[in-house]
Amino acid sequence: MPSLIAEASRVNDFVVKFANVNGTGSASANSLIMKAIFRMGVPVTGKNYFPSNIQGLPTWYEIRVTRDGYAARASHVDIMVAMNAETYSKDVRELRSGGYLIYDSTWPRSSLLQRGDITVIPVPLAKLVNENFDGVRNRILLKNIAYAGVLAALLDVDLDVISGLLSESYGKKPKLLDSNTKALRLGYDYVKEQLTSPLPLRVEHMEKTRGHIMIDGNTAAGLGCVYAGATVGAWYPITPSTSLMDAFKGFCERYRVDAETGERNFAVLQAEDELAAVGMVIGASWNGARAFTPTSGPGISLMNEFVGLAYYAEVPCVIFDVQRVGPSTGMPTRTQQSDIMICAYASHGDTRHVLLFPANPEECFYMAVQAFDLAERLQTPVFVLSDLDIGMNDWMCPDLKWDDAYKPDRGKVLSKEEIDGLEKFYRYLDRDDDAIPYRTLPGTSSKAAYFTRGSGHNQYGGYTEDSAEYQVVLDRLKRKFSTAAKYVPKPVMIGKGNSAVGIVSIGSCDGAIREALDVLTMQKIEVDYLRVKAFPFNSDVEAFLKTHATIFVVEQNRDAQLKSLLTLETAVEKTKLFSILSYSGLPISAQPIVDEIRAKLAEAPRLTAVPR
Amino acid sequence: MSYINKPKVAHPSLPTNTLGLTRRQYEGSMSTLCAGCGHDSVTAAIVEACWGLALQPEQLVKLSGIGCSSKTTAYFVSGSHGFNSVHGRMASIASGANAANRGLTYVGVSGDGDSLSIGVGQLVHVIRRNVNMLYLIENNGVYGLTKGQFSASADIGTKAKRGETNSSPPIDPVLLALTLGATFVARSFSGDKAQLVPLIQAGMRHNGFALIDVLSPCVTFNDHEGSTKSYGFTREHYHAAVEADFVPRAEEIAVDYSAGESIPVSLHDGSRVILRKLDPTYDPTDRSAAYAYIEQKLKQNEYVTGLIHIDETDNTEFHNLNRTSKTPLNKIPFDKLSPGRAALDKLMGRYR
Repeated sequence: MPSLIAEASRVNDFVVKFANVNGTGSASANSLIMKAIFRMGVPVTGKNYFPSNIQGLPTWYEIRVTRDGYAARASHVDIMVAMNAETYSKDVRELRSGGYLIYDSTWPRSSLLQRGDITVIPVPLAKLVNENFDGVRNRILLKNIAYAGVLAALLDVDLDVISGLLSESYGKKPKLLDSNTKALRLGYDYVKEQLTSPLPLRVEHMEKTRGHIMIDGNTAAGLGCVYAGATVGAWYPITPSTSLMDAFKGFCERYRVDAETGERNFAVLQAEDELAAVGMVIGASWNGARAFTPTSGPGISLMNEFVGLAYYAEVPCVIFDVQRVGPSTGMPTRTQQSDIMICAYASHGDTRHVLLFPANPEECFYMAVQAFDLAERLQTPVFVLSDLDIGMNDWMCPDLKWDDAYKPDRGKVLSKEEIDGLEKFYRYLDRDDDAIPYRTLPGTSSKAAYFTRGSGHNQYGGYTEDSAEYQVVLDRLKRKFSTAAKYVPKPVMIGKGNSAVGIVSIGSCDGAIREALDVLTMQKIEVDYLRVKAFPFNSDVEAFLKTHATIFVVEQNRDAQLKSLLTLETAVEKTKLFSILSYSGLPISAQPIVDEIRAKLAEAPRLTAVPR
Repeated sequence: MSYINKPKVAHPSLPTNTLGLTRRQYEGSMSTLCAGCGHDSVTAAIVEACWGLALQPEQLVKLSGIGCSSKTTAYFVSGSHGFNSVHGRMASIASGANAANRGLTYVGVSGDGDSLSIGVGQLVHVIRRNVNMLYLIENNGVYGLTKGQFSASADIGTKAKRGETNSSPPIDPVLLALTLGATFVARSFSGDKAQLVPLIQAGMRHNGFALIDVLSPCVTFNDHEGSTKSYGFTREHYHAAVEADFVPRAEEIAVDYSAGESIPVSLHDGSRVILRKLDPTYDPTDRSAAYAYIEQKLKQNEYVTGLIHIDETDNTEFHNLNRTSKTPLNKIPFDKLSPGRAALDKLMGRYR
């Protein structure tokens, strides 16, 4: 039964939120609990709400235990682990009625934490830790493990599983293993001796995580780049994309270093800015390497000029945009899908770009590979639009699979032998009538040489200022973009397909929409759902828009960018599209989707009429 | 105009290099620059240098940004790939291209506007990254295509064609490169082919970033009385401190150099540069001394030319530090790049 209305049984279906101070090492304790529950076979999601700061500001981590396997953020909190005195009042307010509050009662705050409809669980964590450990830093770190022990007891998390995880982490450092185990037991034993446990909200072994992993999208995308055979990565550090390059580099160090010579089959260039980062990618791709850059919105802004050059000079180029809330400081560590328009039409002049929309880390892996194939097949920039929620949070995903039969699609690159067979090589000529020309790589032969220009060129690759010659190239580029619709991944349709009401969405909204669909179905509201996986939109998207009378476009930005793109790039009537928007910086949850759809349909029942 | 192809028919008596190619085979399309432009002389020097090195045309990669200077990559070695990119950002294209294939010879041609204003960040960082390439700045102190505005290399007090006087201090690319630790820094004059050709050859063979600042007058916007970048002024004020002779690999040194005034420097590929010191007090291997010398001469209105600084002992070239495979990255077979199914299956254990 979907958790939105599941009140009766609270086993394997609740939300724990940790309120911490950043820089205190709480992340490892929080992921210890999450991983232990996952290993007990129970689906979980973890969402990290962190500040743009190194130490001292409030940070939250939310674990949703979801036996139904929902991927979205829940919009309520059942248990609050309040470890940050500064945010107590906000944290207490956030608890759902009937919830539990755990806090460090070394410094009692009973009056501050009072709320009639919740249960307060005081545990003197600092006192317990200070009595047992020395050193300020050590005590801060181990207090986190102690509250993990408290939770383990309260939620009935299998202690053997946690011990197993600790051994894996600290197996080679027996001192650390000892202190962590001891801290865990301090919390665990205190609950067992002093309090009633477990709570009605608790964890029971299940069998629903077999064949699954917990992974974040940036790690998966970085791994995808390695598997795709990317050899050059260029970047400028920017949250939330940094960990993508960290992952790529880490995997390369593992898989791409010759054991004997120490030689490396990759190069990572930390550029001076995003302008240079994308320039490096274009230079490397032009020269025949698979190259990419991870960035976020501000980086995309800086890359605009070069992206236009790559589009017009027809140089492949893969750009990962891990989207975040707009400009600069303040909210850069919060999620959004607000770069859709800037990426679709990046740069000056007439440009349109291929976009891929992964919905989860699993798709980040596969779409990373697809992005290189598409970029090289189409000789154009390809954007992979992930976001902070996908990129930096741990998601439960099916194991990533690889088919050794995969051969990279390097597109139309002519070899020396092929060039020798030609009378003359013309870079931008549409020889195959598919709007995709042939290219050559530097070093091939004199006959293969051509001059790459951002400036006007004719279809033979020569300089031109002739209007007609210029237009031939521009028109072919337009045809090439239409061709791209045939190559990009098709959308995913959920539902019978014959409802009058549809949802269209992209990327990380997927989890919340699937959960909303279950709730709506129980309420006898049939809705079809189409998740768009790429731009340009292909015929399946057109068909869905045509056959549904009322369409809710769900997306995580203020200005309804996906809806705008749909109205600009398809034949859909604007009046039948209704936006459901989430732009708070927190990942979208199912409840508002359900509420908005119900409200709209109640307000105008005719919207559900099946179109003729 | 550049779309008119120059006939490639060569007279049989034209001299050929060791590849059997004539100089004509190192030329490019017709220049569209103004008659008498210094840049065309630089182009001719590049043609001569490549011919003299017997470089396979396809082994050369030509890169440029935007501006009159950046157009010139179309005017030499049409048998090599060229990339006329965006304004001030050639260095990043070069860095990426070089990362992808370390086996080719990279020559970037830029101007003072392209390199010292809009592109100064990329110039600074490509030097710092020590990308193995020759970077030529065709320096004329003005923006030509936009009709004569001062560039960042314009000297204080120099006059524009329309009479205004520049009051902002110049950025000297030679001093900049020395500050940043470049291991090959030279200055020359487009009108001195004898000096320029061996510098280009040595710069192409240097293992690491090589910068040549070439004073290359703009005949249309900056060749008048009162300009410090005119032909007349440059001829009067350039001062060769150290000349370089380039000796290709496997060639004997034919000239007898008197000890104390000449320094032979072996380059990475076995070729050599013989430095002939015209000023006996000058030591081109001492970076700090070179900096002080150039700065002092600039105060006296003298542009020091020649191979100002060289350090062949340095090993900070990009690929060297990265420990990149000797096989260019773009030539490594896919099966050596993708770890395969078994590795992925094993890796999954880490995420449970």
